[in-house]
Amino acid sequence: MKCRVCREPAVIALRRHNANFCSDHFLRYCRQQVDRVIDDYDMFAPGERLLVAVSGGKDSLAVWDILRELGYAADGLYVGLGIDDYSDVSLSFVTDFVSRHGLELTIVDLADSYGFDVPSAAEATGRVPCSACGLSKRHVFDKAAVDGGYDAVVTGHNLDDEAAVLYGNVMRWQVDYLGRQRPLLEARDGFPRKAKPLVRLTERETAAYCVLRGIDYQVEECPMAIGNKHLGFKEALNLLEDRSPGSKAEFYFGYLKRVVDRFTDFEDRGSLGTCPSCGSPTDAETCAFCRLVSRTAGHSQPVAFTTRNEATVRQH
Amino acid sequence: MSDPVKVLLRNPSREIEIPGPMSVTKLLRKLDLNRESVLVIGSGTLIPADSMLADDAEIEIRPVISGG
Repeated sequence: MKCRVCREPAVIALRRHNANFCSDHFLRYCRQQVDRVIDDYDMFAPGERLLVAVSGGKDSLAVWDILRELGYAADGLYVGLGIDDYSDVSLSFVTDFVSRHGLELTIVDLADSYGFDVPSAAEATGRVPCSACGLSKRHVFDKAAVDGGYDAVVTGHNLDDEAAVLYGNVMRWQVDYLGRQRPLLEARDGFPRKAKPLVRLTERETAAYCVLRGIDYQVEECPMAIGNKHLGFKEALNLLEDRSPGSKAEFYFGYLKRVVDRFTDFEDRGSLGTCPSCGSPTDAETCAFCRLVSRTAGHSQPVAFTTRNEATVRQH
Repeated sequence: MSDPVKVLLRNPSREIEIPGPMSVTKLLRKLDLNRESVLVIGSGTLIPADSMLADDAEIEIRPVISGG
């Protein structure tokens, strides 16, 4: 198996592109794919300050690394979720990466800052942990970006993530969500701009990028996410991909090219007020995050942790 | 008698031994793993699907799907 570019021995085959790459040309391919997305969607202008939502997993560390390699000024934000040892180990991968590259990282710990963690929120609300986790992360990312004067929040959503979300939204015909599923959401009504530069790379490709770049990341699955619907959608799509390489990309990019604009009218564009508790934009009297904080009062199990790189880590 | 191929599996982490030599493609099929869902790693780099694993090889099969 030889590299498509240089004919040296290849280390990875990308069946959807009918191409094999050596390590150097695979890494170049990944950067090119990200650069193309940024260009196609006018995601960032030169000199803008980016805030990368970083979890310690392969995708967020890969996108941070690639943005850095492409010359963007990107800081990181880690949210401490309080999920047993999993959160401590995840943070250690982030701080190792930060130390290695001399980057700037802000840590917001849910227990310290808001008095609850994801397990206690799940218990208090009686809903799946991923629900409280997603809501909390979105709130903290948005608030940190606005308060910190960042131009955009960057997340590590990859092609598999986007295809699985699209699949789930189509299965349930969530037309209001379908209109918003784009690689770039412009800032509006007090929300920051949100960008997903990895959407042209599959999950297997971001993992391969990390291996070849020597980036250690959290390989173990979040114990609270095991068996969730999102994983089931991904497995279903990978069965199709195995039989017909390129299916996921056709599904997602075909949607972006030919369908997403038809759902714009379904998007809820009602006027937003301001949450009296935290100042965030909301379509309710109190925002969903502050309602979660209120419901979890008395259920907190604070988890303390330390950081490995105090010089570059700000804890909030 | 030849040594087995040592295979580290993840989620949860565990090690199994498979009689070698064996191709990566055949190993994934034997373990009923989707090639779109895993990477095969050895000595800090990727091992392509057409590679033949020596009978004393030590590899990791790393799942790439995450549910966050």
